[in-house]
Amino acid sequence: MAEATVQPSKTTANRIEIVLIGLGVAALLALPFFVYPIFVMKMMCFALFACAFNLLLGYTGLLSFGHAAFFGGAAYFTAHAVKVWGFPPEIGILTGVAGAALLGLVIGFFAIRRQGIYFAMITLALSQMFFFFCVQASFTGGEDGIQGVPRGTFLGVFDLQNEHTMYYFVAANFLLGLFIVWRIVNSPFGLILRSIRENESRAISLGYSVQNYKLAAFVMSAALAGLAGAIKALVFQFATLTDVAWQMSGEVILMTLLGGIGTMAGPIFGAGFVVALQNMLATSDFPVTIATGLIFMVCVLIFRRGIVGEIYAWLERRRGEKPE
Amino acid sequence: MTKQHTILYLDGVSVAFDGFKAISNLSLTLGRNEMRAIIGPNGAGKTTMMDIITGKTRPDIGDVYFDGVHDLTRLDEADIANLGVGRKFQKPTVFEMHTVEDNIALSLKSPRGVFAALFDLRSAEAQGRIDDILEMVRLSARRGEKAANLSHGQKQWLEIGMLLAQDPKLLLVDEPVAGMTDAETEETGRLLKKIAQTHSVIVVEHDMHFVRELDVKVTCLHEGSVLSEGSLDFVSSDERVIEVYLGR
Ligand SMILES: Nc1ncnc2c1ncn2[C@@H]1O[C@H](COP(=O)(O)OP(=O)(O)O)[C@@H](O)[C@H]1O
Ligand SMILES: [Mg+2]
Repeated sequence: MAEATVQPSKTTANRIEIVLIGLGVAALLALPFFVYPIFVMKMMCFALFACAFNLLLGYTGLLSFGHAAFFGGAAYFTAHAVKVWGFPPEIGILTGVAGAALLGLVIGFFAIRRQGIYFAMITLALSQMFFFFCVQASFTGGEDGIQGVPRGTFLGVFDLQNEHTMYYFVAANFLLGLFIVWRIVNSPFGLILRSIRENESRAISLGYSVQNYKLAAFVMSAALAGLAGAIKALVFQFATLTDVAWQMSGEVILMTLLGGIGTMAGPIFGAGFVVALQNMLATSDFPVTIATGLIFMVCVLIFRRGIVGEIYAWLERRRGEKPE
Repeated sequence: MTKQHTILYLDGVSVAFDGFKAISNLSLTLGRNEMRAIIGPNGAGKTTMMDIITGKTRPDIGDVYFDGVHDLTRLDEADIANLGVGRKFQKPTVFEMHTVEDNIALSLKSPRGVFAALFDLRSAEAQGRIDDILEMVRLSARRGEKAANLSHGQKQWLEIGMLLAQDPKLLLVDEPVAGMTDAETEETGRLLKKIAQTHSVIVVEHDMHFVRELDVKVTCLHEGSVLSEGSLDFVSSDERVIEVYLGR
């Protein structure tokens, strides 16, 4: 877009985001030398998952309660593809993403016919059906899941058994995923999605086939959630029922709302926060779900826009007060 | 006028809401590049007529044809909009969270498909169109601001700008000057007359000065059907029009 079209009201947020991106990438590169790489890799998987979810909730205004199906489903597909079919990791990940997109197409096809709570309920119901499919199907290994998934060698060159190599492989995928989300949101397509979120009937009266746009957004969101799940399967070298269960759908909603919907940084922050909290409490006696539940309640009551959303709003207000 | 020569053709249209007949045996035709002013008391069915034309409301009975050939009672809203029917709503309806410029960009006549939108970058030509339209509706200076920050009159203009961006064959303009100052009203009249040189337009308005300024054929609706039709002088001297509308 031309220089002239950069919008004043967006620049504050843009500038912060550019700084955040710079700091984030630098931190991402340095982190494995200071903390356990596996811990940061887990954060990246969930952050990407939350960003994918946010594409739907934050930018299209659709609350899906079934995103675990795409995250966990892709984990199964990828695990099966590399372990049983012997696919290299890059093709394994693509298998997971394609599977998640296909699932998204089916679930989205039915869900977009309804709005609001009915939309959420249809996604929940269909993802639960997929959960029971995973319980019953033989390839998923039932309660045990798929264990001992080999990480393989990326492009036949990079040995992902090496923890640092794996780390940078995950970081590259994570950044690619974020870039795709960013690109979608800032394209004319993204503008149309935000219009649908704001006023669906007005978008229709301008001639947009809203249903097609919703379905496209749903499939993209599912595919990106699938990318996150596929990578998680390779990082932890297993795929289990935990990732397809409805609690996982709830968790991603929580992460996204906590950080702030409709921003790029919000879901990343929310996911990082929840993962860090889970990690801290894992060794204590205090139940993790109660802690996250309490924090969630406090956040929803005090920071209605989520933590990052509140920071943006505060900066906007400050900018507004300044005489120009 | 035969159906083939009209841009809009309504014949014997009726629609009822819970037994209440909002539109009752309405017949109305509009020629190509004609501008028509529609007047009538509140509740006469003016807005509902627009809902029927745009496919928002389905008539219970009657024919609605666009450009002589397209049966609007069988098409959905997005299809009708893409055929070339644009609308400005009675209550200004712009995307408040978007910038003024994005509101225009969104309305710009362009392929409406998902893939086109994903890979389309705004061309220099499109940018030129946007600049022209912003100039025309006098919002160039506020292009980067959120539409929510505009005054009521400016929102009306932004919505007219959106209509221009759509470049439809038929424009349905519902109460465009409500909430505008006299100067703004006059400006709007000029703009609409300019648009009407190359488009077909239906304008609903209560402001009689404004209608006079438009200087076009007038149709007065009452209880969902045509009460009187002709020049403004003819319609405003019609006994029945004076009784139900003007003589209050
Ligand atoms: N969706 C609807 N449901 C029920 N009644 C409606 C609906 N739309 C319009 N009406 C009724 O139809 C009548 C005509 O309304 P309208 O077309 O808005 O009148 P006008 O625009 O001429 O003031 C009004 O009495 C209104 O209450
Ligand atoms: Mg009305």
